[in-house]
Amino acid sequence: MAGGSSVRGPGGGRGNGRALRVVGSSVRKVDGLSKCAGVTKFADDIVLPRMLFCKLHRSPVPHARIVRVNTSKAAKMPGVLAVLTGKDLPIPFGILPVSQDEHALCLDKVRLVGDPVAAVAAVDEDAAFDAMNAIEVEYEPLDPILSIEEAIRKPSPRIHDYGDEGNIHKKVALEFGDVERGFREADRIFEDTFYYEGSTHLPMEQHAAVGMVDPDGKVTVWSSTQTPHYVHRALAKVLEMPPAHIRVIACPNGGGFGGKSDPFNHEIVVAKLALLTGRPVKITLTREEVFYCHRGRHPVLMQIRTGVAKDGAIKAMHFKSYLDGGGYGSYGVASTYYTGALQTVTYNVETYRFQGARVFTNKPPCGPKRGHGTPQPRFALEVHLDKIAATLGVDPAELRLRHLVAPGSLTANYLRVGSMGLGKCIGAVVEGSEWKKKFRRLPRGKGIGLACSSYLCGAGLPIYWNNMPHTGVQIRLDRGGGVAVFCGEIDIGQGSDTVLAQVVAEVLGIDPYDIRIVFGDTDLTPVDLGSYSSRVTLMMGNAAIQAAERARELLAKVAAEKLGVSVERLGFGERRVFDVEDPDRGMTFAEAVVLAESRFGTIGTVGSYTPPPSAGKYKGSGVGPSPAYSFSAAVVELDVDPETGWVRVERIHLAHDVGQCINPVLVVGQIEGSVYMGLGEALMEEQVFRANRNGVHRQPSMLEYKSPTTMEMPDVVSYIIEDPDPNGPFGAKEVGQGPLLPIAPAVVNAVFDAVGVRIDEVPVTPEKILKALESPAKRYGPKGVPDVKWPDPIRVPAPWEGGTGRPDEGGEPAVASERAPAPDRAPHARGPRS
Amino acid sequence: MMRLPKFRYYAPQTVTEAAAILHAEGPQAMVVAGGTDLYPNMKRRHQMPTTLVGLRKIGRLRGVKGSAARGLWIGPGTTLTDLEENALLRRHYPGLFQAIHSISTPILRNMGTIGGNICLDTRCNYYDQNYEWRRAINFCMKCDGDICWVAPKSKICLAVSSSDTAPVLCAYGARFHLASKKGERTIEAKDLYKRDGIHYLTKRPDEILTGITLPPAARFRSAYRKLRRREAFDFPVLGVAVCVRFEGAVVGDARLWLGAVSMAPVEAKDAQAALTVRPLTDETIEEAARLAYPLAKPVDNTDFALRWRKEMTRHFVKEVLREIRQT
Repeated sequence: MAGGSSVRGPGGGRGNGRALRVVGSSVRKVDGLSKCAGVTKFADDIVLPRMLFCKLHRSPVPHARIVRVNTSKAAKMPGVLAVLTGKDLPIPFGILPVSQDEHALCLDKVRLVGDPVAAVAAVDEDAAFDAMNAIEVEYEPLDPILSIEEAIRKPSPRIHDYGDEGNIHKKVALEFGDVERGFREADRIFEDTFYYEGSTHLPMEQHAAVGMVDPDGKVTVWSSTQTPHYVHRALAKVLEMPPAHIRVIACPNGGGFGGKSDPFNHEIVVAKLALLTGRPVKITLTREEVFYCHRGRHPVLMQIRTGVAKDGAIKAMHFKSYLDGGGYGSYGVASTYYTGALQTVTYNVETYRFQGARVFTNKPPCGPKRGHGTPQPRFALEVHLDKIAATLGVDPAELRLRHLVAPGSLTANYLRVGSMGLGKCIGAVVEGSEWKKKFRRLPRGKGIGLACSSYLCGAGLPIYWNNMPHTGVQIRLDRGGGVAVFCGEIDIGQGSDTVLAQVVAEVLGIDPYDIRIVFGDTDLTPVDLGSYSSRVTLMMGNAAIQAAERARELLAKVAAEKLGVSVERLGFGERRVFDVEDPDRGMTFAEAVVLAESRFGTIGTVGSYTPPPSAGKYKGSGVGPSPAYSFSAAVVELDVDPETGWVRVERIHLAHDVGQCINPVLVVGQIEGSVYMGLGEALMEEQVFRANRNGVHRQPSMLEYKSPTTMEMPDVVSYIIEDPDPNGPFGAKEVGQGPLLPIAPAVVNAVFDAVGVRIDEVPVTPEKILKALESPAKRYGPKGVPDVKWPDPIRVPAPWEGGTGRPDEGGEPAVASERAPAPDRAPHARGPRS
Repeated sequence: MMRLPKFRYYAPQTVTEAAAILHAEGPQAMVVAGGTDLYPNMKRRHQMPTTLVGLRKIGRLRGVKGSAARGLWIGPGTTLTDLEENALLRRHYPGLFQAIHSISTPILRNMGTIGGNICLDTRCNYYDQNYEWRRAINFCMKCDGDICWVAPKSKICLAVSSSDTAPVLCAYGARFHLASKKGERTIEAKDLYKRDGIHYLTKRPDEILTGITLPPAARFRSAYRKLRRREAFDFPVLGVAVCVRFEGAVVGDARLWLGAVSMAPVEAKDAQAALTVRPLTDETIEEAARLAYPLAKPVDNTDFALRWRKEMTRHFVKEVLREIRQT
């Protein structure tokens, strides 16, 4: 049975030098009671008068041209009010401007088993189900492409008629600094090949959406979406309606994990069906359909080659990744770049080359799952480092501590690292787990492994090019003392409503439960780009501080006058505004609002946030920059039965540098949830297909798609490291995704410690361990990588070579102006002890 | 969401009444007890009975009677939770207790009955999918199609017997009582099962399982080990049941049955013989495992890799025999 405990290091409770009251304390989630009482209204809970039910007819073939769709039988069935096909919604859409490759209903081709071809709306679910099955589609089959190797080998038939080459969707080649010189100067060169299997998000709540036509002809869509703003844009495009006539309301999500970040075909379909019938239309996907929506973890084949100095310093790194993208673009171009972006932010990498290719295959599209494109390369890098440490005879914790990226530095690929608490994270897990007593000293069958990671606190650039803020918060004060806060954010269970309430309550000195949060409604709330990329706490938090401080300023002005003290002497707390030098003198918060409203009129303020500009100025530099980076370190303790290969994880120590806790219980919740999800990927989860059986999903059900249960959950010891970041609200950074990343590599490293075999791919199954034990190389993993004709790289001189972040025009590596990295630019070896 | 097809539901109060309904309705009628197996199957359009005969109101089908010395009678309508909490069963029939305790989750055990587990539909990755998925592979012979996708040359369906209680009851030499309008009969547990994934029971559609009798537990030791990915929810991909009677220092009688490796529980006869009239030593255990494991012929229609599952049979037989030795 799972147990958990947490340790919060020193540094808590201080933010930007002020004592904190609400921020940093574990207040109950503002939506906690309604969730526990079962009264939260999820999208599927919406029931409207005269509501119709929608079902999608999906393709039973993986790759085919649509010859004919016959809906006449379905249309005549009792209770059926409308039937749609691709022709009714011919305009393509997609989350990225460069991948507008999806149709609400397939127009001329199907690209995977489960692609929707037609839709019906009927008076009840049974009638809709029967009509859906009465639709007849004639297909002209095309050869399906079902693996990375196949997609590279077979340029035709093309799954899409766009993309870099044949069935390769995107190819990327970037080079930072003189990589060849780096390899020449290295004392040792290491090379490894890794594979990371695909997995899906598995949220408890299946996607659901309701479309409704308002009395004035406008359309409202409720949906379980993480990104109402992007759904709004896609609806406007495909329905050819002005955005002002479309309202998207994001319902609280019963889990998202990235799986509800794309605009989806079913959201567009219910809006169109509502327009056609004049009645509300609802769809709730089955679990199987959720597996087809997917957008989960890309399966990635990787090769990493690293040149290191005797002390383990990374002189050169060459990283190749091959992503299995599935049938559509989704976030894939960004995912491709992400498999090469964050290798540089943990340990100094002097020169770096990245080549990435994403292929199309006839499977559900991959996209962003918790960690988006970074858990795979992080797995490769951290296992690779474990092997390097073993060869060099250095303790893997020590190797990492020696070469940490310094706070406030610029990496080879121009990512600006602000606060950097990885050294403290490593120190915490090494001490907490008694690493030094155990590593390489445990009896056979018992193992301990370490890995680290870093993640973004929101992407530095928006998904579509614009100069507007990434988030906005609006605050309205009521003369009774209430405060309404409006923000387009959407709580997917991570606690963003609570973070918003805590931040505003902190600034205004009120109780978080006095606040009314209005969220995720494109008619009512300022745009927030959505709950993805671990951006909400940092970006929305900063916008909320700005809006709240502007409101406080108005209150302070009138309160100071009334009390006859200077504004600087005022404190806001306990629902009062008071003289800090004589706290009995003051007034209630409501009285201050009355004074302010009497003076200034209705009190409302706004705040917004735009990330700082990125340092990189090359094509592709938009992926990777973030206002701040979080850091994690994990130590996994486990048992491996050498006779069966069975792995039992006993305990996981996870230290996470969150900058500053807004809410410690929520931070620990995200750590434990990430550990859980990471363990699933490490040990059992597989989104896999039967290539010899029409490319069907092997197990699209929660019973047969194996994900750990409470019974498999080990004890988790969380260590919260607080190293406030100047860009974070009160110094806060993300925690929703980062702690997942080190789990899989730490498990694999611990398996090696336990039984001496290297499992260079996840999931680590008992069978793979037995095979590795029997193999001469004591290894299980991919043998090599396919041949890809890489484009000429974009060459960018590293900062310590005098680079400016712009590509080198000549195409040749720039002559280094100094030996890299100079100590003043990139100091190293800053462990927890220094 | 997935919807149940329409059906008529009867709630008879006696076995006679239930048997009469089944007789009158013909093969389009099915019985249902806990429904934890049947209703999801119906949502996936595996079974589309026009009539369901609910057995929940028949008091005679529930409860546990008897003693360890005389043997037990178990009503097939007894929930798995009730049996799990039965002290007699737990103490004297530990193999059956372990099997019951390992089924699915506590919540499903609250609904599911032992009769349902005994008659559990066979399982296969190509079959336990909804209608639309199965249409994508053009269906299989167990339902709506004519081929076995696991082994396209196979003439019979290879869906797996996935009951945890079946191998244990076979090892005990339990007896099942069946009733229909035509009369009653009693069969050996092992005679209920057939090595055919479609027609996996010898029970006729008009027959109702009305009782399970276990032999006296005196001098028997029993145990059950289950292989699965997770410690909850999952059906077995291997179940090893053993029931051993000691005569002094030697094994007088040994029964070893494998579950979830074929369309029916499999008796490991050679292994049984190797254990009999000898003390239970590391050597005999090793020998029994060696003889038992070739009987496991897993195919690619459940969880885990084939080769590893087969290899685990050897391991699990050893584990379960060592457990017996310790008790």
